[in-house]
Amino acid sequence: MKVTILEASKNSQTIDIPLYSSSVQAGFPSPADDYIEAKIDLNRHVIKRPAATFFARANGSSMMQIGILDGDLMVVDRSVKPEQGAVVIALIDGEMTCKIFDKHRKRLLSANDQFPPIAIADETELFIEGVVTHSLRYHYVRIS
Amino acid sequence: MYALVDANSFYASCEQVFRPELRDQPVVVLSNNDGCIVARSRAAKALKIPDLQPYFKIKPLLAKHQVHVFSSNYELYADLSSRVVAVLEEFAPQLEVYSIDESFLCFDGLSVDWRAYGLQIKQRLWRDVRMPVCVGMGQTKTLAKLANHIAKKSAKLEGVCILHAGDDWDAVFKKLAVETIWGVGRRLAKRLNRLHLYSVYDLKMANSKHIRRQFGVTLERTVVELNGERCVNIDTQPNHKKQIYSTRSFGQKIQQLSDLQQAISQYASIAAVKLRKQNSVVKTIVVFIQTSRFIDDAYSNTITIALTHATNDTRTIIAAAKQGIARLYRPGLAYAKAGIGLIELSDASSVQLSLFNRYQSTKSLKLMAVVDKLNCQQKQVFFASSGINPFWRMRRQMKSPSYTTNIEEIPVIKIS
Repeated sequence: MKVTILEASKNSQTIDIPLYSSSVQAGFPSPADDYIEAKIDLNRHVIKRPAATFFARANGSSMMQIGILDGDLMVVDRSVKPEQGAVVIALIDGEMTCKIFDKHRKRLLSANDQFPPIAIADETELFIEGVVTHSLRYHYVRIS
Repeated sequence: MYALVDANSFYASCEQVFRPELRDQPVVVLSNNDGCIVARSRAAKALKIPDLQPYFKIKPLLAKHQVHVFSSNYELYADLSSRVVAVLEEFAPQLEVYSIDESFLCFDGLSVDWRAYGLQIKQRLWRDVRMPVCVGMGQTKTLAKLANHIAKKSAKLEGVCILHAGDDWDAVFKKLAVETIWGVGRRLAKRLNRLHLYSVYDLKMANSKHIRRQFGVTLERTVVELNGERCVNIDTQPNHKKQIYSTRSFGQKIQQLSDLQQAISQYASIAAVKLRKQNSVVKTIVVFIQTSRFIDDAYSNTITIALTHATNDTRTIIAAAKQGIARLYRPGLAYAKAGIGLIELSDASSVQLSLFNRYQSTKSLKLMAVVDKLNCQQKQVFFASSGINPFWRMRRQMKSPSYTTNIEEIPVIKIS
């Protein structure tokens, strides 16, 4: 696998924008000055609409086959329109759960063969709390 | 055109955002230290759960109806409030945050179908934040506020009421009591009643010059605004507070001076952070303590402390507050409440240097900036005099998780 190292975002709401810092009167300006860009801010790329976005923790294994595992952090955007195949937070008996939205066949699917599809009667899509746009997992394992 | 957007039972609605199964259930929220009911969901209102009643008094009634009870969760309410404001900013060029659950919007230069626009605002806030609101619009802020009141009361308006300039609302105004008007409290209403001004319509038709002579310029403006002419403009500047208070009732009564000093140190730290946030410095501080008001030898006292120089250094403010409380302290009493007020503020950039005394050093300014920055990153630096996990901290036994502000408390979603 090819891995590109990016500079990690700081956990902040603001975006660091480096200034052209080398002074002109003392020696050469840094040859890199012209190439300075803003640091990458993960918030900006993952959260398109902050007011409509919340984080949630996955608890269970029914979304395993699309790569959402127990303990993963999910980014949920309420403003995204749920289209066919979207991973959504849906309400089943008033409780929030994570499913795949099969709009065409009016069903909610799990990503695990052990869980059967659930038929939906509601036409209005009001039972959908938001669309899961990203998920995040901690991969570093310490071997003791 | 102006709009007032007001959340429905804001605190209760906040508790329902991440608990969808409670959205049609009776929910109430309690004030500080779980004292009184301060918010009721629609279902709780339908059960005739009374507002502003002491919790211990109506506990049996709440249990009987299986009402869901929450302590105040200010972290959650503040975050959801800021989300509502962020959504509203997309709809209006000018916005004034009036309170945690109300904002005025100014649509100058915009011409749309106002009712459709109002419904769109309402739908967007539900979609993005799951916050139910009512929208009132009118030519003035007073009329927008009144329209909001009508929207809340009349089910057939679907939460949106527009008082168009040309429309005749007099029939409705005749039925609304004069105290529904923004700025007309119960006492003022009584005085107006004595002059046979009972309804909104009556005040609208009153002679504004006459009103000015008897009640002053503020109520005259109200009369003019009711007639569709603007007097009160939108205030888009987040107003710098002229005084900052931090006061709490203790979860448990305090008897020892050292515990009181810990508590007052913490309140002083909170006030100092607010002070620096608005870039002010303080010259005069008041400190007060009180026992329960319902005991025989009730005691309360206040002391005013003039600082030698204006400052926003937490350490100086804490030192003054501790000295103040030591002067007020009488041994053998059980104290219920203490507080600090920063009452004489000025702009930090225009501080006069004191002739004979030290002024706040650059070193201190830098230290405070570091403390504020670390606390912003949730690393929690605090001053040791505030105590670590003290017993007198607010009682919030039924507080919901801080779903949006603490990574340890985000909603857990069962996917099995």
